[in-house]
Amino acid sequence: MIRKLFDIIAGHAVPAVFIIISAFAIPLSGFSASYLVQELLTRIGRNSFLILSLLIPIMAGMGLNFGMVLGAMAGQIGLIFICDWGIVGIPGMVLACLIGTPIAIVLGIFCGMILNRAKGREMVTSYILGFFINGVYQMTVLYLMGWIIPITNPALLLSRGYGVRNAVSLSGIRAVLDNLIPTVITNPEGAKQFLNINGAGSFILVQLPFFDGAIRLPLATFVIIGLFCLFIVWFRKTKLGQDMRAIGQNQSVADSAGIPVNRTRIIAIVISTVLACYGQIIYLQNMGTLNTYNSHDQAGMFSIAALLIGGASVSKASITNVFVGVILFHLMFIVAPMAGKNLIGEAQIGEYFRVFVSYGIIAIALVLHAWKRNREREAARRSLRGGEN
Amino acid sequence: MPDSINTPLLRLENIGKEYYGNRVLSEISFEINSGEIIGLVGENGAGKSTLLNILFGMPVINSTGGHEGNLYLDGKKVNFNSPNQALAAGIGMVHQEFSLIPGFTATENILLNREVLNGSLMSYVFSDRVSTLDRDAMRQRASAAISTLGVHISPDMLINEMPVGYKQFIEIAREIDRKNTRLLFLDEPTAVLTEQEAEILLIALKKLAKSGIAIVFISHRLSEVKELCDRILVLRDGKLITDESAENLTTRQIATLMVGRESLRKEEPVEIPENPVEEVNVDETLGVAPAGDDVETKMLKKKKKKKPALRVEHLWVDMPGETVRDVSFEVQKGEIFGIGGLAGHGKLGIPNGIMGLYPAGGKVKLFGKKLALNKPRAALNRKMAFVSEDRRGVGLLLDEPLDWNITFTAMQTQGRFLFGIPFIFQMRNELAMANETKKFIEALEIKCTGPKQKAGELSGGNQQKVCLAKAFVLRPDILLICEPTRGIDIGAKTLVLDTLKQYNKENGTTIIVTSSELEELRSVCDRVAIVDEGKIAGILPASRPAEEFGMLMMGEKMRAASAATE
Amino acid sequence: MIKNFIKNVGWPRIIIALFLLALFITAPFVGVNVFTSFNNTIVRFGMNGVMVLAMIPMVQAGCGLNFGLPLGIIAGLLGATLSIELNTEILEKLAQLGSQYKISWLTQEFLQTYREPLGFASALIIAIPIAAVLGWFYGKLLNRVKGDEMMIATYVGFSSVSFMCIAWLLLPYKHPTMVWGYAGRGLRTTVSVEGYWLHVLNDWLALDFQHEFTVNGKVIDVNLAIPTGMLIFFAVMACLVWLFMRTKTGTAMTAVGSNPEFARASGVNVDKMRTISVVMSTVLGAIGIIVYEQSFGFIQLYMGPFYMALPAVASILLGGASVNKATILNVVVGTFLFQGILTMTPTVFNSMFQTDMSEVIRLIVSNGMILYALTRKVRA
Repeated sequence: MIRKLFDIIAGHAVPAVFIIISAFAIPLSGFSASYLVQELLTRIGRNSFLILSLLIPIMAGMGLNFGMVLGAMAGQIGLIFICDWGIVGIPGMVLACLIGTPIAIVLGIFCGMILNRAKGREMVTSYILGFFINGVYQMTVLYLMGWIIPITNPALLLSRGYGVRNAVSLSGIRAVLDNLIPTVITNPEGAKQFLNINGAGSFILVQLPFFDGAIRLPLATFVIIGLFCLFIVWFRKTKLGQDMRAIGQNQSVADSAGIPVNRTRIIAIVISTVLACYGQIIYLQNMGTLNTYNSHDQAGMFSIAALLIGGASVSKASITNVFVGVILFHLMFIVAPMAGKNLIGEAQIGEYFRVFVSYGIIAIALVLHAWKRNREREAARRSLRGGEN
Repeated sequence: MPDSINTPLLRLENIGKEYYGNRVLSEISFEINSGEIIGLVGENGAGKSTLLNILFGMPVINSTGGHEGNLYLDGKKVNFNSPNQALAAGIGMVHQEFSLIPGFTATENILLNREVLNGSLMSYVFSDRVSTLDRDAMRQRASAAISTLGVHISPDMLINEMPVGYKQFIEIAREIDRKNTRLLFLDEPTAVLTEQEAEILLIALKKLAKSGIAIVFISHRLSEVKELCDRILVLRDGKLITDESAENLTTRQIATLMVGRESLRKEEPVEIPENPVEEVNVDETLGVAPAGDDVETKMLKKKKKKKPALRVEHLWVDMPGETVRDVSFEVQKGEIFGIGGLAGHGKLGIPNGIMGLYPAGGKVKLFGKKLALNKPRAALNRKMAFVSEDRRGVGLLLDEPLDWNITFTAMQTQGRFLFGIPFIFQMRNELAMANETKKFIEALEIKCTGPKQKAGELSGGNQQKVCLAKAFVLRPDILLICEPTRGIDIGAKTLVLDTLKQYNKENGTTIIVTSSELEELRSVCDRVAIVDEGKIAGILPASRPAEEFGMLMMGEKMRAASAATE
Repeated sequence: MIKNFIKNVGWPRIIIALFLLALFITAPFVGVNVFTSFNNTIVRFGMNGVMVLAMIPMVQAGCGLNFGLPLGIIAGLLGATLSIELNTEILEKLAQLGSQYKISWLTQEFLQTYREPLGFASALIIAIPIAAVLGWFYGKLLNRVKGDEMMIATYVGFSSVSFMCIAWLLLPYKHPTMVWGYAGRGLRTTVSVEGYWLHVLNDWLALDFQHEFTVNGKVIDVNLAIPTGMLIFFAVMACLVWLFMRTKTGTAMTAVGSNPEFARASGVNVDKMRTISVVMSTVLGAIGIIVYEQSFGFIQLYMGPFYMALPAVASILLGGASVNKATILNVVVGTFLFQGILTMTPTVFNSMFQTDMSEVIRLIVSNGMILYALTRKVRA
């Protein structure tokens, strides 16, 4: 009974705490509702795909895939190339994906093989692997590009003639996906004004009475994310998905049933890495600039924190967790600095607070998971007693 | 297969196996026909599991140099290199440990890796693994397999919400669902079942056999074996002793065949009564025994008048796989007391529980004073020493040198091999450690390069000697030893047992030996207790004939025998 | 013979040692002063040594690599900043005590002469109990999550660093050299220790050697400043750890790491040993960062300690430690190799290719080393 209660609390405590924090911080920040909704919609479009890419390795029992930054790096390499070749718009994005995919697959296979050698400590290994590959990535981008790997556009290169600049403008593909199907939500009053300014025809206008202000909705991005969710739903129903669930629960049983455990685990990581590659491309088309040496760094940490805030654990995560998490995490992200400034007069506090929360939440999730697992192990030991006792 | 009427389903021809020069199976030949139920019985270490491993193509066989002899399936020679090959050939196996995924439903487990798939275009492009599962068809197949067994279990029930008995049925249902299964091995399937469940299972197995599936039933519950099987095979010391129709054997005879050695040969011509419990006259048996034994028994009786060295009352121990439910016994000072019984029945739980290594309850008195349970330190402080059955897991520091292994416990609990000021600053006395270790290396003939060699680099027998040395260093009043000869070669075996006897004689140390090998217990101990299903089935003087112990082990009641020792 | 040597030393170590050797050999040819580089390596060895030493207790007790080192570092930072904040108060208090109890040597003059060592000592004295308390809680936590220590340690480190970011802003520090000038509160991101205890260890018994040699018409400027005091301090710490590992408790700790079941059956309290090891590791981390700061000259606050665990972890692994066995020798060899590479690569590569690849090489070497250790098969 107490154990059940504990499990329920442990299962939902994290989202609940965040709802409470937000409930205090939103009024403190003084942001308007329409501003918050606009910011949230943008961030959902920007981040959801990256977070969704984490689901499959969790299903396969490999924990939080800290190695997703590998995919992010692959995506960035694709973006650097399309910038160099000057391919813009949707074709540019597609091409970046095409370039990124094989790189992500190779990195994914490498990562999967490493993780198969480090069973039982996948997370810390994939985490360190992220740093290691970051070194290789920096070597490639900072020294090899423009030297061995041809980069023709001098605007991309550092003044010394090789190595890519710190910041690469992605103006060619900035928000192309978000604005592919331009959509605006506003009230009838605002709609009139909007049509007066922009003219009719080029926008999908959603009119909501009582709605204050106007909001742009990245509809195409949402469609892609929706499709991706459908993919995951479908994937769970396939034989491969079933095999991954089996491996996630008990590798040795899966192995004795003839499921190729190591191969399946590699497939899980490859899928995750490739999806993270696409996720990073979607993320960066929204941002519009690529911080060559930093963008990928925090992709992993923020995605993982968001997923955990959504109520996921190291061994269980759903699509709902992703969206609850992305909303709560970014709500806090938006309001924390402002709330901190209004409360203590120091915006910096809010900044640090959200960083603290991101790391703290991961720490707590990991602790809860290990705790629960050790307790379950104990329980499983007990169940081995057998007999009627 | 038209000619299957004449050729047996499976034929074994001179199957044998050696592990590192240690012979575990020799010249096993028998046949199994379709629709036949065969009972395979034998003591622990008789070679049952090795035989199963060979038949099922377990990698452990191949990696240790394969096996001797030939296997014929439908008259064709086969050789399985992996369990998957055996499965493909139609051999199913239900292991003693469950091989189920806890968070999956019965259906998902029964059809694990054999799911019914919806065909799709994707599966042509990639592989079958991207097809979706046809859950309805799966459920139907699972319920069909479950109902064949004559039980009612919802196919949507999660495994981790099932009682243990259900899990066993799901395991068997999985093998039945395999369309090509023609030969089914069941390793102790009734061990975790209640009586009613076991009955249902036996009926279901008979039904299965009628449909043409051959079944090999491995169990220590001899009455079940006798009731269910057509033929009974008895393995002993790696040899096939008996291959006889079940009708011609009584449970008592089976038990005798399993354990009996020299004593059996002596008594073989004697008609063994069908129901021994009431009829065995203890005094008579004692009379038959040689005079030396008689003297020993008298001595025992003398010892008994003193306060017992160890008194155990209603002990329970929660040791996984070796649960002790309710055990009471007394050990006299200076006695060598044996604890025997089949694996999994709790004999190992008793010493582990007394030493505080697993959660335990009940009352344990040491020389009349109560011993705190669940605290290894308390047991060690009361001058008890323990040699674990899990040598590599509990008994040794494999990555540390021998002197650490031998002196560590004494250092930590008795403050020896240290110099400095107690409680403030005490350093290891490496010299004293090495000297003590050298002493034992010599005395026990431990083959090593010196006190600084890592324990992990020694052979099994020498490791066991290190474990003994570790216990001797403690200068114990009571020494508890589990499986003293498991996994070591014959030469080392004798030395270890002789050392124990000698140590007992020289120091008057009370020794409690726990072993699966009955002969070993009988040769070393004064008295032997047999544990069955977590309880003491009986305590007999070691001089009693082996089959009496055998009957106790097989769960046959033997009130008269246990009463005799009182 | 050679095979055995390779097996004992391990491929990664040989490759990196050869790489370092190659760097030292090429250095003179590309115009790098080997002596200066060597001197830098020694200084950085002394700076980082104690922090690497902090890995030993936890590895030996089976708690894995201490990715949670930032926790100890935070304690060190608190000690360091408080020693500056309270510098005058401490000195006054000491002078008071001197006059009150008529301690003849504890005079104003004495206090003025030994102002800096006393400041350093006060930093240590403040830091150690804080580290011990933090380490105790941290140890209790790690006991509950056996099997996942390393990942949790990482995030405990990260979250404590980011928590302290808030604290550095809010704690009521007043000292003008440490707080932001315009706001009058909130600590600066870097605080100079100059005038307090800059180089107290480095300069103690320092060996200075300056000479110009002329070889084949080339002038070689040899300018050595060996930080003897810091090296002695490291040696003393290493000795203490070595001695501790040979005590009864240290022996029990090693046994816990080697086989917790064995230790338990021998009457050792496994959780207690693990907690002690974590406390020790945290305390050593605190001492380590103060030693680092007195040589570096600055206290780096806020995100400064964030990634400090990784070089320490990489160093000890480079020295030949595994996830569950580490010795003093591993620390010495590993720290020397790692810091050698860190000092040599920028200078040599800069001279050769006019570019600084040290950051990339550091990333690849340190994380590659950790990966290698994590994927090594350990006996179950």
